[in-house]
Amino acid sequence: MARNVLVVGEFSEGEPSTTTHELLGAASRLSDGGAVGVTLLGSGASGAAAATFPAGAGKAFTNDDAEYDVFRSDQWLIAVLAAVEQSSPDVILIAQSTAGRELAPRLAFRLDTAAAMDCTMVQDEGGALQVTRPAYGGNALATYSFASSPAVATVRAKSQDPIAPNAGATGESVALPGVGESRTTVIGREKVEAEGLQIQDAAVVVSGGRGLGSPEGFELVEALAAAIGKDKAAVGASRAACDLGWYPPSQQVGLTGKVVTPDLYIAVAISGASQHMAGCSGSKTIIAINKDSEANIFKSARFGIVGDYKQVLPPLIEAIKAAK
Amino acid sequence: MHLVVCAKQIPDPETPPSAFKIDPAKNEVIPAPGIALVLSQFDGIAAEAALRIKEAAGDTKITVISMGAESAQQAIKQVLAMGADEGVLLQDPAFDKGDPHTTAKVLTAAIKKLGDVDAVFCGRQAADWDWGVAGILIAEGLGWPVSIIAKGVTLEDGKVRVQRVIEDGYETVDLPLPAVVTVSNEFGEPRYPKLQQIMQAARKTVTTWKAADLGLDPGEVGAAGARLKLERLYVPEKEGKAEIMQGDTPAEQAQQLVAKLQAAKIL
Repeated sequence: MARNVLVVGEFSEGEPSTTTHELLGAASRLSDGGAVGVTLLGSGASGAAAATFPAGAGKAFTNDDAEYDVFRSDQWLIAVLAAVEQSSPDVILIAQSTAGRELAPRLAFRLDTAAAMDCTMVQDEGGALQVTRPAYGGNALATYSFASSPAVATVRAKSQDPIAPNAGATGESVALPGVGESRTTVIGREKVEAEGLQIQDAAVVVSGGRGLGSPEGFELVEALAAAIGKDKAAVGASRAACDLGWYPPSQQVGLTGKVVTPDLYIAVAISGASQHMAGCSGSKTIIAINKDSEANIFKSARFGIVGDYKQVLPPLIEAIKAAK
Repeated sequence: MHLVVCAKQIPDPETPPSAFKIDPAKNEVIPAPGIALVLSQFDGIAAEAALRIKEAAGDTKITVISMGAESAQQAIKQVLAMGADEGVLLQDPAFDKGDPHTTAKVLTAAIKKLGDVDAVFCGRQAADWDWGVAGILIAEGLGWPVSIIAKGVTLEDGKVRVQRVIEDGYETVDLPLPAVVTVSNEFGEPRYPKLQQIMQAARKTVTTWKAADLGLDPGEVGAAGARLKLERLYVPEKEGKAEIMQGDTPAEQAQQLVAKLQAAKIL
């Protein structure tokens, strides 16, 4: 069944985000001959639009006003509603991001419909849209259909595949009307980021948990990451470790932290609570190092070492250095 | 000032995954034996945020509201014991089996009925279904501004100042009152009530409101009003057990692991 799909895109430095590419991929598959549109808001939006056409968009709704560079949901809402007005979508896909989390429910409310959040599957089921999302901290999956239209869904990063780039594809750019007022005044912004490689971008993530016993335990975790390579491996932490103040919240992996999908995830002294697994279960290979052989983490891991990390990590660091 | 805290009672999220079971016929979680019903942890943090504002401002009333079964009285009592002043339980069979939008509709109607509210505090998400939309939908329903996933909240000069968690750090924003704020774990731990406070909470008033008290038509809430239809609730299959390195010493195990990783071309 042909569907019109509208994607709320995000971009930085003139390039649509990876997630925007993924959303356009999902939109292309769902559209089945319907129209795929994308909204892009902020400085450089009309420039970023060109890159969305090979990714699956037929029409880009843009506004280059720098007011949109800082996310204020009430302003974004008015712009996206204007794009909805012009594209009559059956489905609206939004990233489960800082912007998407706040925008999607508001959009659903204004359109008198419903929003499904943090979906990992969006699919056609006998002509109807169905979405699946984790619940109960990842212990369960819940599949929903919509009794109202348009269906609004936020989609988890890395859960959808982009389409193979359709080189040379062109589309139409439509300028959205001027920016509206916001009731939110942005006073300041503080960047809290680990130096160097970010955990979402790293090929290898080495994470530590409460089982480290003290913040000093992270020194060994960091040494393991360094042995693998500063350009390859980044250090993460469980929520328990972050809540105890052992590691910065910016490095938290899990449902309320960051979702990472590296080639290799090494969980050190992490029990594997569902809410943590929600943030790393998309990793290609998981290695668990834990002294409790019954720890839940071993259920998701491909390889494991049962032992005290203080005994295991030093020889592991040496073995990895020697293997290089 | 009058602040509202929205609270939800949920099965203890620390339930071990092995005890987590679903009834596929009913699409419901089977209550695990020995698993307590608790206040959703983010709602406890939202209550803490409201209490700190009350302590700073003085002359402030905090009302805690909860939609749920009779047992949700316990969640309300916990926030009362922390220091909130009054409780309202929103309980009606018509509220059951709804979606986050119908839940927000009920909470919104209750806040409207309270009337003189200056700010509403919610947890960033309920720690069972993890939707993270109630606070935002309440703001929409009331026509108020909203800021979500706060790590810091203060009130001054008719404004609420929020430090909100964003992808690469924090942003400080001001919203005019009345407003809705959802609070995240980065805010800090909620206080633990003292025995005396728990005893005082037992004497605080908890009012129960039904759909009719809120002027809600049973057709617009609960299962009847839901736009999201739960088709299937299931436990995802886990791939199985890890291959455990069998060396006698940590050094041997480490060597083995590196060899395995090299063989699998992972390292």
